[in-house]
This record gives sequence, structure tokens and C-alpha cells, in this order.
Amino acid sequence: MAENGKPKLALYWAASCGGCEISVLAIHEKILDVAEAFDIVFWPCVLDFKVKDVEALADNEIDVCLFNGAIRTDENEHMAHLLRRKSKVMVAYGSCAMEGCIPGLANFADREQMMQFIYHDSPSTANPDGIEPQTRTEVPEGELELPAFWNTVRTLDQVVPVDYYLPGCPPEAKWTIAAVEAILKNELPPPGSVIGMDVSVCDECPRERHEKKIKRFYRPQEIEPDPNLCLLEQGLFCAGIATRAGCGALCPGVNMGCRGCYGPVEGVRDGGARLISAIASVIDADTPEEIDAVLDTLPDPAGYFYRFGLAHSLLHRTRLAQANGHKVAEPFEEIPHLDPKLAE
Amino acid sequence: MSRRITIDPITRLEGHGKIEVFLDDAGEVANAYFQVPELRGFEVFCLGRPAEEMPRITNRICGVCPEAHHMAASKALDALYHVEPPPAGKKLRELFYMAFYVTDHTTHFYALGGPDFVVGPDAPAAQRNILGVVAAVGKEAGLRVINTRKQNHEVIKIIGGRPIHPVAGLPGGMSKPITEEERQFIEEVARQNVEFGLWSLDVFDDIVLKNTGYVDLILSDAYTQKTYYMGLVDANNHVNFYDGMVRVVDPDGVEFAKYAPADYTEHVAEHVEPYSYLKYPYLKKVGWKGFVDGKDSGMYACTPLSRLNAADGMATPHAQEAYEKFYETLGGKPVHHTLATHWARLIELLYAAEHMLELATDPEITSPKVRTIPTEKPTVGIGTVEAPRGTLTHHYETDENGILTRVNLIVGTTNNNAPITLSIKKAAQAMIHGGEVNDGILNKIEMAFRSYDPCLSCATHSLPGQMPLEVIVRDPDGNIVDHRSQYLTP
Repeated sequence: MAENGKPKLALYWAASCGGCEISVLAIHEKILDVAEAFDIVFWPCVLDFKVKDVEALADNEIDVCLFNGAIRTDENEHMAHLLRRKSKVMVAYGSCAMEGCIPGLANFADREQMMQFIYHDSPSTANPDGIEPQTRTEVPEGELELPAFWNTVRTLDQVVPVDYYLPGCPPEAKWTIAAVEAILKNELPPPGSVIGMDVSVCDECPRERHEKKIKRFYRPQEIEPDPNLCLLEQGLFCAGIATRAGCGALCPGVNMGCRGCYGPVEGVRDGGARLISAIASVIDADTPEEIDAVLDTLPDPAGYFYRFGLAHSLLHRTRLAQANGHKVAEPFEEIPHLDPKLAE
Repeated sequence: MSRRITIDPITRLEGHGKIEVFLDDAGEVANAYFQVPELRGFEVFCLGRPAEEMPRITNRICGVCPEAHHMAASKALDALYHVEPPPAGKKLRELFYMAFYVTDHTTHFYALGGPDFVVGPDAPAAQRNILGVVAAVGKEAGLRVINTRKQNHEVIKIIGGRPIHPVAGLPGGMSKPITEEERQFIEEVARQNVEFGLWSLDVFDDIVLKNTGYVDLILSDAYTQKTYYMGLVDANNHVNFYDGMVRVVDPDGVEFAKYAPADYTEHVAEHVEPYSYLKYPYLKKVGWKGFVDGKDSGMYACTPLSRLNAADGMATPHAQEAYEKFYETLGGKPVHHTLATHWARLIELLYAAEHMLELATDPEITSPKVRTIPTEKPTVGIGTVEAPRGTLTHHYETDENGILTRVNLIVGTTNNNAPITLSIKKAAQAMIHGGEVNDGILNKIEMAFRSYDPCLSCATHSLPGQMPLEVIVRDPDGNIVDHRSQYLTP
């Protein structure tokens, strides 16, 4: 607590797109209540506090830290450790911190592939001398430095212990407000909890549902779905069946299937594996061969089942590589498609 | 003694832009470098994904301008699948995009760049922010700014499905039409936007143009550089954000090139430097000549000012009137004063508002026919829109099943990487003498950078309204001889 009796709050971004910061600001006038109720000690996006101010705090002096973004660089990791040490409660805010999100799909590739394509092979690059960005460059006036980035994107809880998770890409404002209110009233759930609903997106989705029997998948551009019926029943991939509710089923609301940005439903460690079994259970098939035939109509299962959760999944990079029989995918070669059964 | 000035995010984070200024023995600026210290590699990890997922994947490049990536990706998919959206589908996308432009330009003018003028470039840093703007223009006006953003975000959600990271764009159109009730709300927002755009130009007139000190600053050499200018234009060579041909004018304002966006690799190439992860696009037919301006250097800019310079006018009446006044006041075309970009941005805001109203009152806008189902095999698709910060190009190649085999992206701010670097150097050279550095001088260097509204979220995470900076002056041994920090806007 601060001397004025207000709880101390820190907000931080690591490797992220900025959407989480926009989502915090999207609580609109409530942001004034937050500023009133808390003593905000660190928020590099908004306030003029520095890392050394955080370093100067006693351990556990910050009451709550909302941490968004994945861990991609040593700076990200350093800040995760620092803020963990200084904070009583650490919240993984948003999909990147919680699961790795879309930037976590980078775990399908590696740094060398990125350097090769972006600085050499891309159709617009003109680089006759084969220059690549370097961590240290001598220029006539002195030396310039660049940070190195890692091969693997990690989630916050792969680096430090996390107390709570606030899902979503980005989280909806109502859950940010709910989290803030729970903190203020000291009504936080048991550590390790996800702040949100414990049902699936289907429970929030107003579309009519019947018994699901899918004979094939359609890609979104292939059919114009009935606006009132369950999208999955119509053969459109929808991750809502195994995804935590809380968004208000926004994507199905505009005829687009859920992609799972709110992460797995309560109690599930590997959202992709859960999604695979949920999808398999609605396939209209009697034999493994028939199931395979239906799944063949769904391209890139790894990219669908692990769209937001790859970095956090049980699939480690080595397993991914082994599953595909080679060390890493080459640029321009098709990125290996994962056999979904491996995840089970 | 030579010294080095580092302008770095206050939190010393990787993933944020960094400015390095080197001083010579006499304390004059020897050189300045602008570095972007992050790379995320969407071009590589998207390989193997179904192309139709790109509007929902690439919007995560940036949480500040996801709408621009969503639209460029959707257009690239139209081209990939050889399909045209029906008229209502195209108009719905444009309507969505105009609401985004109003929001985005509002944010920049009132929270980011505007405070330098509305509050003043020499005002204390603590006042050079949105709150200072509200104090200068009144609380009611401040609420009007907040409300404009809020209402247009609601429009973005109605059409795109979500207020951040929209999902409705598909190959061949949009996933859902709008209802008459929704249209009425959008029309009302558009009407307010037009009023807001006109009022914002009045604010600029009263506060900036009536202040000769500001006008002199805009016209000064420190903020002047003569480059090529790029922007999308319609069939009448009027500014267009969603569609059209890419037009490039030379530093004399003469058309240098006009090409279909799909031909971008014939006209634009990207140079690589070892000290930044962000490449430097330039005009291929002129060539990379380093960080110099003029007709012999392939450097081009792609900003609101550049778009006005590259076009022959605006497609809506009030914006056209403002466009004419702009060039009359600043001495004809092209205008090379980078600080005039703020004024140009407000003219674009007004155009977006007027065009939004045209679209919202178009009888076809509520048509249920907003999609065309593709029937041809996918091949190559290149989609381009004008993002607020520059021409944005998505280039996809797939196998016959529409699985991505090659992805190339040139994002808005990237176009301006070289001119930003030059602008910083010019401003530093004009402002720093005898090794003298103070907060006002630093702010004036940053103003050069800020006029581009660089959205490094695409490569870093700087957000509208915030760019806290720390400046360290070191001797050649690396010892700190001076230390200043400054909270760079809001």
C-alpha cells in the first residue's frame, strides 16, 4: 500500500502489438476511477516513471502488476523477473502474456529463416552486399547497438510464476473493469485462476444449435452461412466449442468463426489438444479413415488448433520439428502441417 | 571532446525506436541515426497458413492500426482469388475504413502531434499533452475529441465485428451486411465527424496560422526537405485511401510515376543497413543514394503531406476548399515543410468524414449482397491501401489450395524510414550548436520525427500519445556528462 492507503498498481508491455494498451484505455471514463483508486507506480506507455524507479521499490511493494506481451528478448525477461519480484500479485494480461497469441506462431519458424527472407530473399529487398542487422555496428562517429531477439516466443508463466490470467486478444473492457474491482474489494479468486467466465463461447453465442454432424469443413470464402445457425454445424471452423467465453461471441456475431483468442475453457492446460478432441467429437464418421477424410478438408490444423496457444502448448519446438521429420522448415517450402493426433 | 546523445525510450526497452546523435569536437552535429530495434517476422511464420486467415492474423502486427492491415489483407485476397467484391461490399469496407481514418487522425492531432502547436513547442513537457490541449481549447472541446473516438470505434465494431482486431474482411467482400438501424447510427456519426473536421481546421487556423512564430517555424529550413512524394489517387488524381493507383511526384511536383499497386516491385526497393531491423524503401528507378534529399536521391515520403503533394486535389467539397487554402498559404505545390503534415492530416480527416457521410447515405450501403464467392484458383495477390502513416502493401502467393508459400509486407511507416532519419538529422543540425542541449531543443528535434506520426507498433510499441524519452550525453569513454529525461507528449 502507498502512504495514502491506495494499492500500488503497475502496468507493463513486453512483446506485444499495443492492442492491450488500447484495451486498457477502452475502459473510457473508468480509467479515471482507476487513476483515483490506485497509486500507479509504473506504466511506461502513459506515465513518466523509469525502470530505476521500479528497481528502487522494496520487494512485494507493488500490490498488482498487469503484464501484457510475450517474452521474446532478454529485456522482456529481465522486466518479467523484476516486476515479479516487486509485485505481490502478477496478472498475465491478454493472450500474448497468457498463451503467446499470434506472435507465438513465430515458434513455427526460427530467427535464421526470418533474417534470410526479410534481408535477402524478399521480392522488394535490394541488398547486393548481403548486409544483415548486427547487434554492434561501427559507424564513422562511433558504435551503434541493436538488441538480439530469441528464436522462441515464451509466455509469461514460462518465465516467472503468474497469479492470475486475464484472457483475450485483447481483453474486453468489462473484464478489465471486473479485475480492477475484484482487486479493490479484495475479492480475488484463488491464485492461478483465470479472470472470466467458466463456460464456452457457445454459451454466449445466440446462434441456434442442433446435434452437430460434420461431413466436411468449408473455408470461410467458400460458403455464405445461414446467419442464425451454428457456424460449426454448417462446416465452418469455429473454435468457440473449446474456447472460454467472455468476449460476447463477437466473431460469430458477424458470421465469422471463433479462432480462440480467449484461450481454453476452464481447467484445460493445452487448448489445442482440447479443441482437436472437441472438433473430432462432432465429425460424422465411423472409422479413423473417415475421420481423416473429414479432417483433410481442414487445411493447416496446427495453425487452426494452436492459433493463439502455440507458445504455451505442450508441443515444444523439438517435438514440432520431429513430428515433421526435419530440423526447421525452409523458407518458401510449405511450413510443416502438424498431425493433430500428436497433440493428444 | 566529441559527444554522443542517445534519445531512447525512458524505460530503455527493446522494441522501441531510438535516436542517436553524434556531436563533433566543436559540439556541432556530426551525424544522427534512427534505429528500430525489433523484428517479428510475420512474413515467415505466416507461411503454411490458409491465405484467408491473413486479415485476422496480420491485424496483430499493430493494435493501433489493425484496420489498415485488415483492409490491405482483404484486398490482397480479392486479387489472390481473382474476385471483385459486389458494390455494397466495397462500399462497406470503405465506410469502415473512413471511420478508422477519422479516429486515427483525431488521435494524432489532439494527443500526439497537436500539443506541440496548441500548447506550444517551448511549453513545459508536463503541459505538452492532451490535457494541455484540453486546457487550451476548453473542456467541452476535449470531450468532443473523446466522444469522436468513442463513436467511431463503435462504427468499426458494427462493421468489422470487433473494436480492436476486426474480423469481417474476406476474399470477395465482407462477412455481414449492415441493417438500416445501424446505417442510421453511422450516418449520424458521419455528420458529427464532418462538423468535427471543419471545427478542427478552425482550431488549427486560430491557434497555429494566426501565430506568426508558428508559421515561421513551419517554414524554417530545419523542417524542410525536398523528396519525392507518394500516395494513392483515384481516376481524377484525387487522394484516395482505399483504392486506386500509386502516384509519385518528384521534388518539383511533377508526376514521376503512376502505377498499379501490384507492380510495386518494379518501382520500390528496400535498402538494408546493419544498425536497424527496419529496411529503407526507395524509388528503384532513381536509386538509393543514402540519407540525402533532392531529385537524384530515390528517397520518398508517404504521409498526409505527401499524399496531398502527390494528388491534384480532394474528392469532397469541404476538403477541396481546405486543400486550396493550404497551398495558397504555403506558396504553391509541392510543400516541402514537414511540419505542415499536421495541417494536411486535418484536411484528410475532413475528407474521410465527408466521404464517410457519402457512403453512409448511399442507397446501396444496406444491400445484403456484400460478398462474392470466389470460383477461381488462387495464385498471387497484392493488396494496397493508404494507411494513415503511408502506403501499405500486402503481397501473398499460395499453392492451388490457397496455402501461403510467400508473403511480403511493406508497412506504412517503413516507407518513411529514410525521410524520418534525414528529418531528425536536419533538425538536430539546425538546433544543436556548441554542444548546447536543453529540453526545448530536444522537443524540436522530436517534432521533426513526430510529424510523420511514426507508428512503430508495427515494429515496436509506441502508442498514440506516448513516447517517453530519455537523453544521455556521453563523453567518448562512455561516461555520462549530462542526463535529461523528458516525457514526450501526450
